[in-house]
Amino acid sequence: MSAVAEEKKIIAGGSFLIEERTPEEIFTPEDFTDEHRMIAETTREFVDNEVRPATEELEQHNWQLARELIRKAAELGLIGVNIPEEYGGLGLDQTSGAIVGEMMGRSASFATTLGAQSGIGLTPIIYFGTEAAKQKYLPKIAAGELITAYALTEAGSGSDAMAAKATARLSADGTHYVLNGEKMWITNGGFADVFVVFAKVDGDKFSGFIVERQPGLTSGAEEHKMGIKGSSTTALVLSDVTTPVENLLGEVGKGAKIAFNILNFGRFKLGSMCSGGMKLMIREAVRYANERHQFGRPISSFGAIKAKLAEMAIRAWVGETLVYRTLGLIENAISGAQDSEAKLRGIEEYAAECSIIKVALSESCDFVADEMVQIYGGYGYSADYPAEGAYRDSRINRIFEGTNEINRMLIPGRIMKSALSGKLALLPAAQKLMDEVLSPTLGALDEDAGVLAVEAKLAAAAKKVALMTLGTAVQKYMTALAGQQEVLMGIADIIMDAYAMESSVLRAQKLVAVQGEEQSARHLDMVSVFCHDAIDRIETHAKQTLAAMSEGDELRTLLAALRRFTKRTPINTVAARQRIADVLIKANRYAY
Amino acid sequence: MKIIVLMKQVANKDAILRINKDATWIEEGDLSYEVNESDGYALEEALRLKEKHGGEVVVCSMGPQRVKAVIKDALARGADRAIHVVGDELTRLAPLPAARALAEAIRAEQADLIMTGLQSDDNGYGQTGVIVAELLGLPHATIVIELDASDDKLRVKRELENGWYQWYEMPRPALLTIQSGISQIRYATLKGIMAAKKKEIREVAPTSDMTSGAPDQRITKIYFPQKTKQTQFLGDGDAKAGAAQLAEKLRTEARVF
Repeated sequence: MSAVAEEKKIIAGGSFLIEERTPEEIFTPEDFTDEHRMIAETTREFVDNEVRPATEELEQHNWQLARELIRKAAELGLIGVNIPEEYGGLGLDQTSGAIVGEMMGRSASFATTLGAQSGIGLTPIIYFGTEAAKQKYLPKIAAGELITAYALTEAGSGSDAMAAKATARLSADGTHYVLNGEKMWITNGGFADVFVVFAKVDGDKFSGFIVERQPGLTSGAEEHKMGIKGSSTTALVLSDVTTPVENLLGEVGKGAKIAFNILNFGRFKLGSMCSGGMKLMIREAVRYANERHQFGRPISSFGAIKAKLAEMAIRAWVGETLVYRTLGLIENAISGAQDSEAKLRGIEEYAAECSIIKVALSESCDFVADEMVQIYGGYGYSADYPAEGAYRDSRINRIFEGTNEINRMLIPGRIMKSALSGKLALLPAAQKLMDEVLSPTLGALDEDAGVLAVEAKLAAAAKKVALMTLGTAVQKYMTALAGQQEVLMGIADIIMDAYAMESSVLRAQKLVAVQGEEQSARHLDMVSVFCHDAIDRIETHAKQTLAAMSEGDELRTLLAALRRFTKRTPINTVAARQRIADVLIKANRYAY
Repeated sequence: MKIIVLMKQVANKDAILRINKDATWIEEGDLSYEVNESDGYALEEALRLKEKHGGEVVVCSMGPQRVKAVIKDALARGADRAIHVVGDELTRLAPLPAARALAEAIRAEQADLIMTGLQSDDNGYGQTGVIVAELLGLPHATIVIELDASDDKLRVKRELENGWYQWYEMPRPALLTIQSGISQIRYATLKGIMAAKKKEIREVAPTSDMTSGAPDQRITKIYFPQKTKQTQFLGDGDAKAGAAQLAEKLRTEARVF
């Protein structure tokens, strides 16, 4: 036996742009174990039986009830799922945690409450807390006895979190810190017991602390929000609040590392919650469309409604595919990691993918909510029916955990950071592609045969377009690229669609390998429609960004390459969408 | 106390059912399945008895490999081990051969109590439990909504018709069929789900003499409820004529006067 453990192969974050993967390499929901499925079922039962019926009371700010629900969730193990066993949790894999998150997404308000409790308000303590803090807080958080919150944002510092004004000062005897300042938009702010607070030591060292509720810590009034009204959101005033030195998270001045790493977790979790929310909305919309009759037939039998239902299902399925493919990468990177540092590096590696998930899933969720309202028609505009609330609840996802604009800029930003540090061989790949583009004899793309051959080719083309636009941007702007927001956002959209296309092709090919083409027909339809629509979007974004960056002969050459890469014959997406919708209509639920 | 709970896997309540080609059963290809509702309550009662008096809860289910989902769910909720009577066609058996296969699978266990739901949500015969009792030579009580097993006897409350109830005393061992909705069924906790992985599931195959031979009964045809009532419009827009026709129909067809 070798004395040195074999080093685990970790796939580099962002490498999907330049490397090929096989279907077997990606993790999909079809890889869930029986236990994963049962965890999903327990969470679904809990949310449907206990939480969703309590929505109205929660929306009237009955926080005692919220506490009881958190305690019940804790009894089932839903809070301690990813807390290590030695601190009173279950220490299960990340997949189990993501599944709990997805099912929690069936109640937007409570998912937000629990997202603070078992996500952003908890994870900093697991990864950055001192041993004493972990012993003291984690078992009680796992048991739902202590409610947590995460306090980063201030009135003047949202996306620019490092501009926080809150201060922390070490006491003269060196035993505790004294915190002062004001925080805004704090989820669970009205009733949390323990807060993860960011403040600057000596005016400039941005640091994280665990702070208990005490007389100097005051919650503001509940914010009057557009949606997720059943979750508490308040300002927080800290006035000479004290916390012992062992409640410092990580090191003084290293708060940014905590804040940004936790946001990676948060973004991923937000994506999985959106996934659960979408599937529930689709179920409700299909049921309504089947029940509602106009002109003597159910409205689900009309093409206009079918097209909507099909597109909703496509977005949900592709979104779910992104969530679990990325989860597989994270799981592989952090399982078996010996310490917190190694685990954090594991998730940080996939910061770009986490941002993709955040943006893609929140926008798909909003799309699905919007179409749900439309399918409900007049009833969709009435607060007595579920679409209206779903529509309002969904909107926040594009704002919190980093706005979608910030996250879009992070996507190429993080990939370039990996490339410049040499971890990702992106620059040589981009150079090679540019040489190819600029050479007079640009070879045709290989003609593949087999399942989804065309779509696989389109996905490969999408990756090339991403590389071409990113490569052009780097050449043109060099280090000033970070300031070119419109270009970065366009490139981000191309990268997102490229990741989604490849992921959905691979998942469908994996399905076909297991259950055959006939059984997978409905999934193949979805992948075809998605890839053909996505390549249209990619072409538009590429034209815009390339035209913004180059002109004359150079632009003409790049556009010729773009045409070459994205050349395709349109398929009949109308018929494919009808088939996709018919599956939903027949099953009367989200059946993918 | 050793308690055996017989549980069946049935089609999901929300499933849209389609009748198979020869109209003898539903299309099973794309169905999703769940635990038969009243069997879930039987398991809950068994787990509560175990918590009160100690002992062991053994769950037994019959059918193809897909019924493992029911078994694992029961183990996750707290059952100690399981017996799986395996066979692809076993879910289609009539009550008597089904009861034979179940009775033989659990006979050697010498249970103190056998519990099951009062009927299955698919066939709804309400017979299998009662026949198992007969085959094992045990007394039984049906439609049980409350029970007390604190001494060596059993006291059970049965639901009768028209809001009447009956307390019933019987010896142990015995078989009880349990009514739905009598308690709050516990969740499978995440801890329970993980613990279930280590619990024993023993597979047994029924011998052919139990399940073959000429069936005592078989389904010849199934069909969706047929519309037997029709709306009639009387009078053709003339209220007076309509009233006269209505009065005539009330007298001759409905015979209300």
